[in-house]
Amino acid sequence: MDLKEKLISSFLAFEDQVDVDAYVHDIRSEAIKTFENKGFPSKKEEAWKYTSLNAILKHDYSVFPKQENALEYRDIKKYFIHDIDTFKIIFIDGTYSSHLSQTTHDGMDICLMSAALSKPKYRLVIENYFNKAATGDSLSSLNTAFSSEGAFIHIPKNKLVEKPIQIIHFSTGNESAVMLHPRNMIVVEENSYVQIIERHQSLSNNPVLTNSVTEVFAKKRAIVDYYKIQNDNKNASLIDNTFIKQKQESHCSVHTFSFGGKLTRNNLNFYQHGERIDSTLKGITIIGDKQHVDHNTLVHHIEPNCESHQDYKGVFGDSSTGVFNGKVVVEKEAQKTNAFQANNNILISDKASINTKPQLEIFADDVKCSHGCTIGQLDDDAMFYLRSRGIPEKEAKALLMYAFSNNVLDSVKIPELKKRINKLIANKLGVNIGFDL
Amino acid sequence: MLKIENLHASVEDKSILKGINLEIKAGEVHAIMGPNGSGKSTLASVIAGKEEYEVSQGNVFLETENIEELSAEERAHKGIFLSFQYPVEIPGVSVTNFIKTAINETRKARGLEDMPAGQMLKLIREKAELLEIDRKFLSRSLNQGFSGGEKKRNEIFQMAMLEPKLAILDETDSGLDIDALRIVANGVNKLKSKDNAVIVITHYQRLLDYIVPDFVHVIYNGKIVKSGTKELAHELEEKGYDWIKDEINA
Repeated sequence: MDLKEKLISSFLAFEDQVDVDAYVHDIRSEAIKTFENKGFPSKKEEAWKYTSLNAILKHDYSVFPKQENALEYRDIKKYFIHDIDTFKIIFIDGTYSSHLSQTTHDGMDICLMSAALSKPKYRLVIENYFNKAATGDSLSSLNTAFSSEGAFIHIPKNKLVEKPIQIIHFSTGNESAVMLHPRNMIVVEENSYVQIIERHQSLSNNPVLTNSVTEVFAKKRAIVDYYKIQNDNKNASLIDNTFIKQKQESHCSVHTFSFGGKLTRNNLNFYQHGERIDSTLKGITIIGDKQHVDHNTLVHHIEPNCESHQDYKGVFGDSSTGVFNGKVVVEKEAQKTNAFQANNNILISDKASINTKPQLEIFADDVKCSHGCTIGQLDDDAMFYLRSRGIPEKEAKALLMYAFSNNVLDSVKIPELKKRINKLIANKLGVNIGFDL
Repeated sequence: MLKIENLHASVEDKSILKGINLEIKAGEVHAIMGPNGSGKSTLASVIAGKEEYEVSQGNVFLETENIEELSAEERAHKGIFLSFQYPVEIPGVSVTNFIKTAINETRKARGLEDMPAGQMLKLIREKAELLEIDRKFLSRSLNQGFSGGEKKRNEIFQMAMLEPKLAILDETDSGLDIDALRIVANGVNKLKSKDNAVIVITHYQRLLDYIVPDFVHVIYNGKIVKSGTKELAHELEEKGYDWIKDEINA
C-alpha cells in the first residue's frame, strides 16, 4: 500500500479518536477528499518542478504514534533557546508534553490546538479562523484532514507578549518511521505583539516526515515576528505550509534558517488585506551533502500602500540542491505597492545547484517592484585577502559565507536567538574561529 | 630576508613578471616603483602567495626557505604581510574579531596557544593608538563603509598586530590625504626594526618622503630595469618614467 492509500485508510481510524460531531470535522472530511483527489504533488506541477517528494514518500510511515514517549529536559535542552525566559509549547512524536511546556491562559491563550478544538470557549475563534487562511492544496488539505494537535496562540488586543514563544516538535525515533501533522493557529488581535520560534527536531536517524500547517492572523497594527529553525537530522524532512493573513498596518516577518534536514520545502504565503501593511520574508540556507531546501513564497498585495521585503541567501555545498520560487502578485487596486525581492546564492561545489525563479504578476500601474537573483562563487580576491592574514582556507571560506549571509540576521530581534543562529552557522560551516560569528 | 631569483609569473597565460631578481636584507626598506601595468602589484601578490598567478620559472626564498609551494596562509604564518591596495569588505565580522582570528590562527600554526584575551585587548589598544584609530572603529564590520584612509590605516593596524618579518605595502598611499599619509607612515616607521624588512610599492615619491627607502627599484614590463637609492625616486618624480623607457628601448 502506498503512502497515499495508507493515509486515506488511516483517516477512518483517526475518526475513532476525534469528536466527529465537532465543527472542524466537516472541514477535515472535505480535506481528506481533496487530498484523495489531488494526491501528493508531482514534478509535473509547475510549483514542484524542482522538488521531488518521491524519495521521502517511499517510507512506511506510521501515521499515529503508538506509544507515548517521554524525554528529559536535560537531554534536549540544547534545542531550546534556554538562556531567556520563554513560553514553550512542546510536542513529542506529535503528542503534547505538559512536562516540557510552559503555557498560559493568563490574559491570553498560549496553549494547545487540541484544547482549542474541543473546548466550547474557543468555539467562536475556531469557527472564525480555522482553515480560513490555508489554501486547498493537497498537502495543506492532508494536514487539515489529520489536524488535531499543535500550538494555539490567541493574543487579545493591546498586549505586548514580552516572552518569545517556542514551539518545538521532537520526534524520538522510537518507531521506525513517523509522519507528523502539526497544526498551528496564531491569532494576534489589534495592537498586539508576539514573537515565535519554531523548530522541528528529530532525535534519531529514523525517517520523519512532517507536513505542518501554520495559520497566522495579524489584526490591525499587530506585529508578529516568526522565526523558523530548520536544522534537523539527515533523515528528517519537513513540508512547512505557512499562511499569514494581515490586516491594515500590521507588520509580519518570517525568518527561516535552513541548515539541516533531508528535504525541506517552505510554502510561505502572505496575504495583505488592508492598507499600510508590511511583510518581511527572509532566509538563510546553508546546506551540503545531498540536502534539498526549497523556498516557495507568495506575497499577495491586495490593497494600496503596502510593502513587502524578501531577502533569501543560500550557500550550497557538496551535492545539495536549492530552489527559490518567489511569487509576488500586485492586484489592480494595490497602487503604491513597494515590493522587493532578492535571492543571492553561492555554490561552493561543482555538484551543487540552485534553481531560482522570481515571478511577478503586477496588475497595478503605480508600483515599485524589484527583484534580483544572483548565483556566484566565493570571490578569489576576498579569499586571498583572508588567507594572506594567516586564516586557513576552510576558515576563510566560512568567514566569507558568513559575511555573505549576515545581513539577513540584522532584523532578528531576539539577541539570544541571533547568537544561536550564529553558532549554528559556524557549526554548519565546520569551523571554530574563536569568536561567536 | 627575501631573495627573488629570475622570477617569471603569468596569469591566465598572460606573462607578467619576466625575470625579477631582488634581494632584501633584514632592516632594509625597498621601494618598488614603475608605471601602471608594469607588474608591481603582481610581484606583491606572487610573494604573498596568490594562487591565480602561475610561477613558471625562478625562486622566492624567505630567509633560507624556498616558499614557492606554500599557501598564502602558510606564508603569512612565516611572517609575510601584504597591505592591500583594495582591502576586501567583510560584513558581520568586526575589525577586532578579524584580527583576533588572524593572530590566533597564526599562533596555532606556530604551535602556540591562543593569545590570552587580556593580552590581546592590551595589544589592540596599543596598536590602535599608534594608528590613531578610535575604539568605535574597532567594532565596525571589517572595511565595510570605510573611507579610503580608514581602509589603509586598518591595513597598517593589522600589520602592527601581526608584526611580520616582511611587510609589503601595495600602493598604501593611494587615496590618502596628507594627515592619513602621515599617520600611516608614522605607523610603519615605528614598526621598522633591524629584524624586519619593508617593501613599499608606489607610483609616487610622496610616501617615500615619510618612509625613507634604502633602495629604489623601477619595474618596467615585468623586469627590474633600474635600481638606485632614494635619489632615484626624486628623479622619477621630476622626470616621469619616459626617460627610463627610452633608456631601455635605446
